[in-house]
Amino acid sequence: MDKSMVSILSNRQTKSMVEKVAAIILTACAIVSVIAVISITVYMFISGTPALFQVGITDILFSSVWTPTAEVPSYGILYVILTSIIGVFFAICIAVPIGILTAINLAEIAKPKIRGVVKSAIELLAGIPSVVYGLLGILIINPFMYQLELIIFKDSSTHQFTGGSNLISAILVLAIMILPTLINITETALQTVPDHYRKSSLALGASQMQTIFKVVLPAAKNGIMSAIVLGVGRAIGEAMAILLVAGNSVNLPLPFSSVRFLTTAIVSEMSYASGTHRDVLFTIGLVLFVFIICMNLILTFILKGGKDDG
Amino acid sequence: MDRSLYEKKNRFIDTVLNIFIQLSTFISVVLLIIIIGYICYRGIPYFSLDYLVNTTSILKNTIGILPNIVNTIYMIVVTLLIACPIGIGGAIYLNEYATNKKFVTMISFTTEVLAGIPSIIYGLFGMLFFGGVLKLDYSILTGALTLSIMILPIISRNAQIALQAVPKSYREAALGMGSTKWYMIRTVLLPSAIPGILTGVILAMGRIVAESAALLFTAGSLAVLPKNIFGHLFSSGGTLTIQLYLEMAKAHYDQAFVIALILIVIVLCLNFVAKWISRKFDVNKRG
Repeated sequence: MDKSMVSILSNRQTKSMVEKVAAIILTACAIVSVIAVISITVYMFISGTPALFQVGITDILFSSVWTPTAEVPSYGILYVILTSIIGVFFAICIAVPIGILTAINLAEIAKPKIRGVVKSAIELLAGIPSVVYGLLGILIINPFMYQLELIIFKDSSTHQFTGGSNLISAILVLAIMILPTLINITETALQTVPDHYRKSSLALGASQMQTIFKVVLPAAKNGIMSAIVLGVGRAIGEAMAILLVAGNSVNLPLPFSSVRFLTTAIVSEMSYASGTHRDVLFTIGLVLFVFIICMNLILTFILKGGKDDG
Repeated sequence: MDRSLYEKKNRFIDTVLNIFIQLSTFISVVLLIIIIGYICYRGIPYFSLDYLVNTTSILKNTIGILPNIVNTIYMIVVTLLIACPIGIGGAIYLNEYATNKKFVTMISFTTEVLAGIPSIIYGLFGMLFFGGVLKLDYSILTGALTLSIMILPIISRNAQIALQAVPKSYREAALGMGSTKWYMIRTVLLPSAIPGILTGVILAMGRIVAESAALLFTAGSLAVLPKNIFGHLFSSGGTLTIQLYLEMAKAHYDQAFVIALILIVIVLCLNFVAKWISRKFDVNKRG
């Protein structure tokens, strides 16, 4: 009798121990993401800022001469930053209309069967590795661009032929890559629009298209905005897909010149860079990181705004 | 005006908009068909089993990607071993334990940020921290640690959704019968949330298989077969995607397409499995 009493008590003790330990471990697991974000931020700044002071902020950010291995090296990344901004801007311009219209079709118009097919296609598109996009870009888009280039610059004596590896090719690849993100998030946003909005609009005599474009889309505006912001984030951070497609030399971002993005600048030179050159690559990483954090802050701002609206 | 109320007025602009909508959808689907079709067209003629089970070696005059396949499997297993407990644990904490609302918002925000950070940044961080500070150098372990931070949001978000879907009555019933909280989580909550959690894990696997930028500077690109099971963790190892990139940079397009074909098949299978699981174990559908 005594023995079992003891065992129950001790059992309870171990039980409460287990409970406490479990709670502590689970809390620790939850904190990991916070620690990860903080340490990534800290490391990006620690590794990215030395070059800024060494070379000078204006000499890096606002100079366009990139000759890191020359005798008097120059580390201007202005063209690289411009390329990223312009490239992403046009990729978004191409992808957003297609993405939103597809999402409208999925959420509002398509029959379940078609919807299922398109949905699976989009999911697959999202899962395809970025290097594969790069490979296809080189072998499908680049030759096509080269033909175009030959026609357009037939009489030009100053144009440097790139074999089709140019800004437009990279923009096309980026636009395809961000389509799934745009479609998925926009569709979710459209689905959260309450059904009585649609019914009221239809009951007032509006056609389905009027309902979609004048009622549902404005109501889902925040969700669509966040889809676009996430798309920008995805496009600006993409590296492997556009590394070879864009041609990878530092130039002013003109449609038919070979260009280098922030991400591809890091990938293409990190393996052999050393000293200040390496530090500057980390600065490029920092610039990219700052862009991404800005995107995130904009996103949080948009989502917060959405909550206030109701 | 003798037009009937039932007669539909066709607005020209509606038709135009509808055409645009259908066209966009068509473009999205056709893109996928072109991509898969082209990869099959270029990849299948060069596909051979020899290529899968050989190591590239100049001495033996063989080419093959067996080491890359092994490395990819290593990468998946090790990354999931690290990320799953942390991700699922975090989700359990957020869903079951957390009371401080500010803390929850902070964790959700950081998870959001982690999901948005591009893989090249993860690569830089992994190279600096795991490779440099922890002195793991270029190794599979460095790559796996880097990737586990990267896939943490996918796993924890899916786990959280799965946990939220478990009816409240399950928890109350278990607690009412005298179970302690952790016991309830372990024996009631987790088993009923497993399908949702698994979906997240499979999506994460897809991400690991597809990743390249984060691995280039962390796991490196060496393609040799492991000499011993655990020692291999500390040696450099290029996955399939890295090998694809190397072949592509060397303009070996035939080999690149075979690897692309393999990757696409893996991604297809993972997608299919994820779908199958979520359909089979749909909590809402079962009632």
